[in-house]
Amino acid sequence: MPRMQVVPLLEIVRETPTTMTYRFRGDLGGTPGQFLMVWIPRYDELPMALSYLGAVKGITVRDYGDATHALAAFTAGDRIGVRGPYGNAFQLEGPSVLAVGGGSGMASMIAAIEAFAQQGARVVTAVGARTAAELLFVERANAAGEIHIATDDGSRGSAGFVPALAEKLVARESFAQVITCGPEKMMAAVVDLARQKGLPVQASLERYMKCGIGICDACALDDKLVCWDGPIFTGDQLAKSEEFGRYRRDKSGRRVPV
Amino acid sequence: MVDLRTEIAGVALRNPTMLASGFLDETGGSMARVYQAGAGAVVTKSVGPQPREGYPNPTIVELDAGLLNAVGLPNPGVIEYEHEVKRAQAAGAVVIGSVYGKDADEYAAVAAKMSTYGVQAIELNLSCPHAKGLGTEIAQDEAAVRDFTREVKDVVDIPVFPKLSPNVQDIAKFAVAAEEGGADGIVAINTMKAMAITPELKMPSLANRFGGLSGPAIRPIGVRAVYDICEKVHIPVIGVGGVGSGRDALEYIMAGASAVQVGTAILSRGLGVFDEITKEMASLLEEAGFQSVPEAIGVAHA
Repeated sequence: MPRMQVVPLLEIVRETPTTMTYRFRGDLGGTPGQFLMVWIPRYDELPMALSYLGAVKGITVRDYGDATHALAAFTAGDRIGVRGPYGNAFQLEGPSVLAVGGGSGMASMIAAIEAFAQQGARVVTAVGARTAAELLFVERANAAGEIHIATDDGSRGSAGFVPALAEKLVARESFAQVITCGPEKMMAAVVDLARQKGLPVQASLERYMKCGIGICDACALDDKLVCWDGPIFTGDQLAKSEEFGRYRRDKSGRRVPV
Repeated sequence: MVDLRTEIAGVALRNPTMLASGFLDETGGSMARVYQAGAGAVVTKSVGPQPREGYPNPTIVELDAGLLNAVGLPNPGVIEYEHEVKRAQAAGAVVIGSVYGKDADEYAAVAAKMSTYGVQAIELNLSCPHAKGLGTEIAQDEAAVRDFTREVKDVVDIPVFPKLSPNVQDIAKFAVAAEEGGADGIVAINTMKAMAITPELKMPSLANRFGGLSGPAIRPIGVRAVYDICEKVHIPVIGVGGVGSGRDALEYIMAGASAVQVGTAILSRGLGVFDEITKEMASLLEEAGFQSVPEAIGVAHA
């Protein structure tokens, strides 16, 4: 059984005004799309995507609450607990991939973007953010293939939302598959688009988690568990879902709108 | 072919394995899935009068000995929970509703509401070892166990199964108290009070500091508890604590349990654990010359 490891942070990188990467060495594996449960001592334990899979692992997370805010004040040498990796991985299904990322969702996809490119696939990334400064992992995605940018405020790339950009890209070029991670409404639009075009699509979902190991039911999505059956679900699975794009569970287990 | 059906206070089960409360039972979708995977029944998350978020993370620690948790009774509240029960029932699941409250009135009110959802029985969580004021103290007080059971019995017309704490001097006395209160069966045991510390950080591993231990480490404790209880009461007992195989289940059955609950073993064996335990029990019972589960209940009492 994988257990909690306490590791010192080696390096902390501010990727955008709201998003940080934390690097550490850990005795754990990891495939593209998997996540760790990360213990920020005295604050919380949260699921975080592995954004670097090499000997020096990395997690990249947006500062959105008390615990991530506390983590943002950590410095090299401060220690966190990690357990995992948990969940499934993005699967390469053909010679060309369209990756559609929104905001900090790029953190869950960047390892897959790089791995797929390394396996010889053509990887085109459509990345979106509110504003230019919030664009995440543009250089890494560009180095792995080709990148197209959309910002809500038009400060870089095309003005508008990333699903519209993705629509232009699939009209221009035929892809073997689509992968996506970002705000759930955005992913729902990307999944719809891919299904309309008959493209296989995989989306990485986020839910509140407690155990991370498939027993507590906090991260339920219909009759699936995001930590155990996911976090990556196929378009076929999501098309059958009553909850994807509509509902999530709050900490008490109540169904609330996404 | 061994007949694996069993029955507890009129609740018929296709096999003697039940999903233990607290595992994959906050949502109807997951309960349906566990039932479809082979459980004879599912016990819901403990549900209270109001929504409750539970404790901050970390809430779960994996140990060699088993699983330490202080999840803190998160639940959407009994009103919203109707949807989850109905969804599990729509998949054919036999559902037992687990309830808690801060006093006997709350237990009775939640149980009464839960009983209107069509659950087959009520399990009283009298023994959560780490949620202050919610069951912890009740489980330490024989009179409270008797009175709470009676108050719930007075307002529902389905079987009531108090779940007892092992964190007492003599659990059998509490089972007797529950029987005096009108309990239709006993569930034993809940988790053992426990703690883990992370030396590298010089702090408790759980946000709540203390928690409850489940899994293989507590099986011998649970078997002893069931054996002791069965010496003293005349109502059926459901054995819980570290059941992960057909052999484990048979220990409980031979100690006197009519059925077993399974939780932590889902971690090591997956959702197939219910079906696997059932099959393992069937072959062990057959080897031992039993034709049915009821024939084996309590045979270890000489």
